[in-house]
Amino acid sequence: MFSVAAIAKRELAGYFSTPVAYVFIVIFLALSGAFTFYIGGFFERGQASLESFFNFHPWLYMFLIPAVSMRLWSEERKSGTIEMLMTLPISTVAAVIGKFVAAWAFIAVALALTFPLWITVNVLGDPDNGVIAASYAGSLLMAGAFLAIGSCFSALTRNQAIAFIVAAAVCFLFTMSGLDLVLNVFRGWAPHILVDTIASLSFLSHFDRVTKGLIDVRDLVFFVSMIALWLFATVVAVDVERGA
Amino acid sequence: MSAMIALDNVQKRFGSLTAVDDLTLSIARGEVLGFLGPNGAGKTTTMRMIAGFLEPTGGSIQVCGFNVATDPIEIKRRIGYLPEGAPIYGDMTCRGFLGFVAEVRGYRGAEKKRRIAEVVDTVSLNAVLNQTIDTLSKGFKRRVGLAQAILHDPDVLILDEPTDGLDPNQKHHVRELIGTMASDKAIIISTHILEEVEAVCTRAVVINQGRLVADGSAEELLARLPHHNAVAVTVPVAEAAAARAALLKLGHMGGVEDSDTKGVLTTLRVMPHNGYAPVAEVAHHLKSSDITIESLYVERGRLDDVFRVLTDDAAAGYAPRV
Repeated sequence: MFSVAAIAKRELAGYFSTPVAYVFIVIFLALSGAFTFYIGGFFERGQASLESFFNFHPWLYMFLIPAVSMRLWSEERKSGTIEMLMTLPISTVAAVIGKFVAAWAFIAVALALTFPLWITVNVLGDPDNGVIAASYAGSLLMAGAFLAIGSCFSALTRNQAIAFIVAAAVCFLFTMSGLDLVLNVFRGWAPHILVDTIASLSFLSHFDRVTKGLIDVRDLVFFVSMIALWLFATVVAVDVERGA
Repeated sequence: MSAMIALDNVQKRFGSLTAVDDLTLSIARGEVLGFLGPNGAGKTTTMRMIAGFLEPTGGSIQVCGFNVATDPIEIKRRIGYLPEGAPIYGDMTCRGFLGFVAEVRGYRGAEKKRRIAEVVDTVSLNAVLNQTIDTLSKGFKRRVGLAQAILHDPDVLILDEPTDGLDPNQKHHVRELIGTMASDKAIIISTHILEEVEAVCTRAVVINQGRLVADGSAEELLARLPHHNAVAVTVPVAEAAAARAALLKLGHMGGVEDSDTKGVLTTLRVMPHNGYAPVAEVAHHLKSSDITIESLYVERGRLDDVFRVLTDDAAAGYAPRV
């Protein structure tokens, strides 16, 4: 899997050779800070926890991650470099995974840069660092799932703006699907099992459990299978273009 | 192994459009195949299929004994491919890009360095090695594309318009490069520049509307022209009638045509007979009839005209002016 590493390395370097990376990181840090302190009421809660920080991650990711993923494949298709890439001796799967890993690593860097919050909460009080570690891991997994969705829509179009908007809309649906706003649409006519299925697809409820310190294998499996499923869809989307 | 590349009844459809129709072709080691055809004839589509970027709708493609449909990776390891327009990651430096290609092709450490140094030297990229590809001129970009294609010393080289956009010196350089690599590889180049075919190709294939319309050496293609090997002789206008009478007595020829009159000189064209150019006889006859010969030469015809005759339906009935 040397080729996966080579692709991931190139892609990651690509983020940092353009302003995209810095703009993203600055906005991510500024927004997550603002949400934590102003909307989340970090101080008013009087609790030594980062719940008010993690609570907003699904909402931040919903818009920011499609902005990271939109260029993954659209740009290759638009500039024609996909022809160069796909005639190198690599499988489509390796290319899809390589690009995904790069974007994921980039988001991990942005997430890691929120460490001052973790220091702050440890200075101010005595938080449960186990829960915080689990929340970071859960947040990263959820980011991966959003990213896989974005990767798929990026592979379907050569237009980055379309890739962004469609991915953001789908991410929104997956975030919200556990809320009454979405479920009420189905409750009136759909069978229970369907409503429950839709509710169970909610990123919000899976992530909520993780941030409360309830580490359940089912939540991990949910995010991992989301990633696998959408990456598989990405492979199909890339191959369709070749007339396979 | 004789055929390095073998296309068997290959077909490619995009929706209702048939881009490549029932193409059968084989290329052996040591051959440089010039792939000719008008825009939209299916050249690029065919090359993309051989390189494994597009999958054929029908038929089969074998490269180095592997089937494109079942062993695409094995084939891609053995092919160097320069896509049309040489699309390369613009935000990378030359060094970074070649390093990436080397890594994907499995080279590490000293081997990677050696390969890159070698191709950089071969295509003269030293001056721009640390420059971003977006800032390079068209010629340099094309050379980076070429470097990427020959980095792994492939058995099969597929170059889609490798000299497009290059200046005459650069064109000459690329042709020389192709010439030096030709002996142990099978090379396909597509081009619009027909002189290139005569300069580097051992064989030329013309396709039109996805179908093969001619296959042979440049000389064989030229022989298709009615004026190939005609003898053009220029005499003073005053002696034209006498010259014509003398030439008509010739045995081995296909007729005499008036070709052109400019000022006091007129050019007559003695058509070949079975491809044979009766140049010695023409000279002898005119001399013994005491006719002044201003110039005398054998017309070879131009590949451009062959191309037009083969691919322009409107020109098909038109005898080209050579």
